[in-house]
Amino acid sequence: MTTHDPDDGKGPNRRKVLECMTWAGTGVLWTITGGVPHSLGIIDGALAAEPQGLTFLQMSDSHVGFDKPANPNVKGTLEEAVGRIKAIPTKPAFMIHTGDITHLSKDKEFDDAEQIISQAKLDVHYVPGEHDIIDPEIKLYKERYGRGTKGSGYYSFDANGVHFLGLVNVADLKGGGMGSLGEEQLKWIEDDLKAKSASTPVVVFAHIPLWTVYPQWGWGTEDSERALTLLKRFASVTVLNGHIHQVMQKVEGNVTFHTARSTAFPQPAPGSAASAGPMKVEDAKLRSMLGIANITFKQGEQRLAIVDTPLQS
Amino acid sequence: MTMTRRRALGALGGLLTVAVAARPSRAADTEVGIDNFVYNPQQVTVKAGTTVVWVNHDDLPHTVTSKTGVFKSKALDTDDKFSFTFATVGSFPYFCALHPHMTGTIVVEAESGKS
Repeated sequence: MTTHDPDDGKGPNRRKVLECMTWAGTGVLWTITGGVPHSLGIIDGALAAEPQGLTFLQMSDSHVGFDKPANPNVKGTLEEAVGRIKAIPTKPAFMIHTGDITHLSKDKEFDDAEQIISQAKLDVHYVPGEHDIIDPEIKLYKERYGRGTKGSGYYSFDANGVHFLGLVNVADLKGGGMGSLGEEQLKWIEDDLKAKSASTPVVVFAHIPLWTVYPQWGWGTEDSERALTLLKRFASVTVLNGHIHQVMQKVEGNVTFHTARSTAFPQPAPGSAASAGPMKVEDAKLRSMLGIANITFKQGEQRLAIVDTPLQS
Repeated sequence: MTMTRRRALGALGGLLTVAVAARPSRAADTEVGIDNFVYNPQQVTVKAGTTVVWVNHDDLPHTVTSKTGVFKSKALDTDDKFSFTFATVGSFPYFCALHPHMTGTIVVEAESGKS
C-alpha cells in the first residue's frame, strides 16, 4: 500500500492511520496493520471489545414498499436489522442511512420506514437515494429529512473530532450518465472543508458509490473525482455508500471506499447478470446477503474499522 | 372531466375509423418494453401522429424522460405504462431519470403521403 502524508510532522500517529486500514469480512473483523491482516475474532466478540472511540452504524437501501419475489417482506427484514442493532453490546453514537429508504417515495412508505427505524433509538443522519425523490413534487424526503440541509439535501456535521459529509448524488441526473454531485454541491464541499485541518478524519457518505464500480450499470458518480481531489489533503478519508446492495471495498491512497448491504434485497455482482435488478436467491440464503455495517474510529491509534454484519451468518 | 374524456374518445373513435379507411397501412400504437434496464427496442422509428406506449416489465421503477423536455413520465412501477403521441417530425432522445445510463430514441418521420 502506498502511503502519502501531505502534512508530515503534525501528529505522531498519522502515518499509522494510513497503515491501519481495515478490511471487511463476513462476520469477522479484519484489521490490517502494516499490510498484515489480523482477525480480531467474530463480530460480536470484536464489537464487545471496542469500548472506546466513536462507533456508528450504516444502514442502507431499505426499499420500504418493495414487494417483489426477491423479498416480499422488506419491512420484516428491516425489523430484523433493527433487532441486530438493539443487540449490539455497546450502544453506537448514531446511525447513517445511505438512501433508498423507500421504494417509491410514498408517504406511507416513509411512515413505515420511520416507524421501524426509530425503534433503534438512535439519531439517524439520512441522505436520499433515487427511490426517495420520485414523488411528483419531490418534497416528501426533504420535508422529513432535509431540514437544515443545502440544495437537494446535503450537509455536514462533526462527531468526536470526525467530520462527516452527507452528500446527494441522485438528483437532476443527466441522460447517458451516472450519479452526479453537480457544481453547486462541489462548491459547497470545497467551502465546507476549507477550515478543516488535514489531520481531521473525514467520513463522506452518499447513496451511489463515489468510485466507479461498474459504469455499464451506472454504478458510479460522474464528478466524484472532483470531490475526491478536494479530499486529497486529508490523512484519513472513509467513503460509505449503498445503492449496489452488496459489500464492496477498495483502498486508494488515503481513501477507503466501502459499500453496505441492503436491508431489503441483494443485487448481482457487477456484470454477473443481465441487469442490476433485484436478485432472487433461496429463502435460506437471503438473510446472509442483507445486513448493516458498523464503523468504529478508535482515538489515539486512530484506527478505523468497518464490520459488515449480515442479518444471518 | 369524464364527459370531456368520453366526448374526446368518441371523436377519436370517429377519426380512427376514417383514418383506417383512408390509410390501411397506418401503424397502430407502438410499444416499447423496459426489460432488464433496457428500452426494448432502444431506437424506434414511427410515423408522425403515432402514440408510443412504454411498459415497465422490471421489478424496479423506471422513468421515460425526454432529454429535451418534450415528455416526462412519472416513476413507472412494474407493469405501469406511459404513452406519448408524437405529432412532430424529429429525433426524440430520452432516458431513465432514476438509472440515467438507460437511454433510447424515438425517431418520428412524416406520415406517408405527406412531405
